[in-house]
Amino acid sequence: MALIELIDISKSFDGELVLDEFNLKIEENEFITLLGPSGCGKTTTLRILGGFETPDTGRVMFQGEDITNLAPNKRQLNTVFQKYALFPHMNIAENIAFGLKISGKSKDYINDKIKYALKLVNLTGYEKRSVDSLSGGQQQRIAIARAIVNEPRVLLLDEPLGALDLKLRQEMQYELIRLKNELGITFLYVTHDQEEALTMSDKVVVMNQGYIQQMGTPEEIYNEPENAFVADFIGDSNIIDGIMLEDRVVKICGAVFPCIDEGFGRNKPVDVVIRPEDIIIGKPGQGIMDGVVTSNVFIGVHYEMCIQAGGFEWLAQNTTSYPVGTRVSIGVTPENIQIMHKPQSEDEEAISLDD
Amino acid sequence: MTNSGKNRNLKRIFSGPFLAFILCGTLVPMGVIAYYGLTDRSGAFTLSNIVAIATRSHAQALGLSLGLALISTIICLLLAFPLGLILKDSKLGRKGFMVFVFILPMWMNFLLRTMAWQVLLERNGIINLALKALGLPLLDIINTPAAVVLGMVYDYLPFMVLPIYNAMIKIDNSLIEAAYDLGAGKTAVLRKVILPLSVPGIVSGITMVFVPSLTTFAISTMLGGGKVNLIGNIIEQEFTVSSNWNLGAGLSLVMMVFIIISMALIEKFDREGEASVI
Ligand SMILES: Nc1ncnc2c1ncn2[C@@H]1O[C@H](COP(=O)(O)OP(=O)(O)OP(=O)(O)O)[C@@H](O)[C@H]1O
Ligand SMILES: [Mg+2]
Repeated sequence: MALIELIDISKSFDGELVLDEFNLKIEENEFITLLGPSGCGKTTTLRILGGFETPDTGRVMFQGEDITNLAPNKRQLNTVFQKYALFPHMNIAENIAFGLKISGKSKDYINDKIKYALKLVNLTGYEKRSVDSLSGGQQQRIAIARAIVNEPRVLLLDEPLGALDLKLRQEMQYELIRLKNELGITFLYVTHDQEEALTMSDKVVVMNQGYIQQMGTPEEIYNEPENAFVADFIGDSNIIDGIMLEDRVVKICGAVFPCIDEGFGRNKPVDVVIRPEDIIIGKPGQGIMDGVVTSNVFIGVHYEMCIQAGGFEWLAQNTTSYPVGTRVSIGVTPENIQIMHKPQSEDEEAISLDD
Repeated sequence: MTNSGKNRNLKRIFSGPFLAFILCGTLVPMGVIAYYGLTDRSGAFTLSNIVAIATRSHAQALGLSLGLALISTIICLLLAFPLGLILKDSKLGRKGFMVFVFILPMWMNFLLRTMAWQVLLERNGIINLALKALGLPLLDIINTPAAVVLGMVYDYLPFMVLPIYNAMIKIDNSLIEAAYDLGAGKTAVLRKVILPLSVPGIVSGITMVFVPSLTTFAISTMLGGGKVNLIGNIIEQEFTVSSNWNLGAGLSLVMMVFIIISMALIEKFDREGEASVI
């Protein structure tokens, strides 16, 4: 049985639908990430789980028990809020101790926990500091510490690393994963940073406008996006109109590419996704089509180039640099071409392409 | 001259009238009171006007004033805090309505409103007529300290409600949610989050009710009917009836000291309160 289950959750604010028949299962000990653009309903989902928002319809189940109407303080989960929500009238130690004091833990236990938590978030010795003497990133880490000391069954984290710089963010990502494995806490993580989602999660849920677009392991999401929205949102991609001529053959920009997808029918319009790092750049005539390099930027490790070919501007990444103006050929191995159905109706298109 | 220098000069010019007003309206009269308070009729220096507070009738009046002011402040606080909670959580429409109900009375002269209570509370006033009609026991509080406290609470309650309400709506809702999230029940949230964060409002509320209650003479005159003699009444009588400006001024100086001491106490309590929360 899943630890948490959201069943047919719908929620609207002022007549605007934010979540529509939302279904999600969270297994014990899973690190699951909600990923999506701003305003897609991630925080709302967390708030419904935390008990701060009641869904218009649908149920929230915890270990098979309906907790839809259970008060927030009775739920076995803790939240790291997007806006930190540290208590300004308490110092750092008191903030961290808040939940432990409520549950009546002993002084020694609380003091040990405070030390442990501060060490964990790299802020040892900050016990007596006041909240507003801390930077945004430090406050965010205290918010994490305040939640985990309670050892909840489930930890809800709403963009907990948003205010941190890259290095600290990576450190904290690592720490959070370690923490999760060590404490056996189930994590429901919210972010709009796709890289973060892909590195940390067991399962990624890509959301847009209150709908789940795709759910799967990071590899599945990255390598096999189910629609153009997911492909576009996860990393840079070339999303191109194509025509599936027959099984394993797709025509893109006038050129015929071999691929490995089947079952789309004959002469069907499709969306084709090709990752920039999968584009093979060669001498003119060596690939499938020829083109001209129109821009070249070094982005660390490799060069990101735009190549005008067949009326489309291809985004390509390569460790070799091809100067602007060079004539090159491009090719793609069949496994790296991802074919997707075009959205059937205009409605569906709006869902997948908006934002 | 630099731009900011110009700005500063400009500011100085604009603050001129206010400074002049403060000077003429506050500092000069205070100097005059100090002069009268520390001299006798012939203009010679004396402390007798100050020491006069120790005479039995004066000390009694001062004690009564302190007592009634304290009682009304506490009643106002007990009424205003829950009211602030209700106002904080109510929807905007109701919020507007409630604020209206409490702000509106402030637009009417408070002497008029106090006089209205006089009419209501009189032995043959409206309240007693109604009680009599219902066959209930009559309310006999006019010209007693109880009536004066009622008047004080009625007149000064808005000054307690407003700062408390202001402090409460400034509390970020996410803090309250965070407290619930960490397992706190309603009372714990109230005690550990809302109350400590309302302290600044409570302190200014106490100041704004206690000080005018301590020095009032209008309320005690109208609702005390000359039987409730507060220190304010005595000072007023020295200035008007007895024309003894020196004694009136001397007692006023003593009152000023009392107010300053009370403020210091409240301030100290406030800081300790914050410290004990920490
Ligand atoms: N209390 C509320 N009242 C009215 N509208 C709300 C409320 N809470 C959320 N919304 C709306 O619901 C939508 C989803 O909001 P939500 O906070 O869930 O987005 P999000 O995915 O967390 O976005 P972000 O990444 O910016 O935090 C938004 O359009 C928002 O304006
Ligand atoms: Mg959000």
